[in-house]
Amino acid sequence: MALDRSAEDALPWIEAAKPTHPSLVDPRHVVADLYNMVNVPTVVWIDERGRIVRPNDVAFGSDTFRHITGIEAARHLELLRAWARGELAVQPEERVRALQSLPTEADQLARAEFALGQWLVERGRAEAATRHFEKGGTLAPHDFTIRRGTMPIRGIDPMGPQFRAMLQDWTGAGRPYYRPLPE
Amino acid sequence: MSDVFTVLDDWTPVETSEAEARRQIERAGAAGRPVAADLEERAAYVGVAAGERARQLASLQAPDFTLPGVDGRLHALSAHRGRKIFLVAYASW
Repeated sequence: MALDRSAEDALPWIEAAKPTHPSLVDPRHVVADLYNMVNVPTVVWIDERGRIVRPNDVAFGSDTFRHITGIEAARHLELLRAWARGELAVQPEERVRALQSLPTEADQLARAEFALGQWLVERGRAEAATRHFEKGGTLAPHDFTIRRGTMPIRGIDPMGPQFRAMLQDWTGAGRPYYRPLPE
Repeated sequence: MSDVFTVLDDWTPVETSEAEARRQIERAGAAGRPVAADLEERAAYVGVAAGERARQLASLQAPDFTLPGVDGRLHALSAHRGRKIFLVAYASW
């Protein structure tokens, strides 16, 4: 599921990966709102009964960006495969709840600002949308689906100097950009 | 129709007058719901309260959603009940 502004933005990756599973696009960040996702990648394990058995975690499919992220793909992949095979006992519900991060009022206000901005973009009002995206980023500075995710809409390179300055400012103050589950 | 004001309630748009929109916004705020408004653009968005989202998540029942695939076909999470789901959010950015 791509938190991208359009299918077009996500398509090159999907075409390269040729997945057999559904590849969805979520320009309105509906899933980010429902699951309190604040960055990508975010992964969730859901069992056969539709229960969350492992809450939001950061996991990569490969080590391509390991030198930047410091997160090794293998550890999570091993667990995931064991769970898929039915060889891994999931955590008790109380433990899953303890590992969850729940949204604050500021998070939801930020998402309302994002949503209004996105709606304005859909109506060709990108300029008016910008102030709502920026306000959302100020309300929830840890929500990079807003701060970085709206950069392409605002005409900013999400890998460029403005992103690097934002990241430097964030991590320089001792705040992690990725927050994987403890283990 | 310059008086038309759009209030989006969790993405459902309702067109109304500015006076009525103001009343709706006030009620939503009093109910603890997040509100973003743009008087110039004559639009407001009323979201879902943090407490309600937190309760949903803490229930551990995976919130359902329906989204289009890149082919435009709609997919619902709940249609995959009975199988394990590995939900991945990623992005080109």
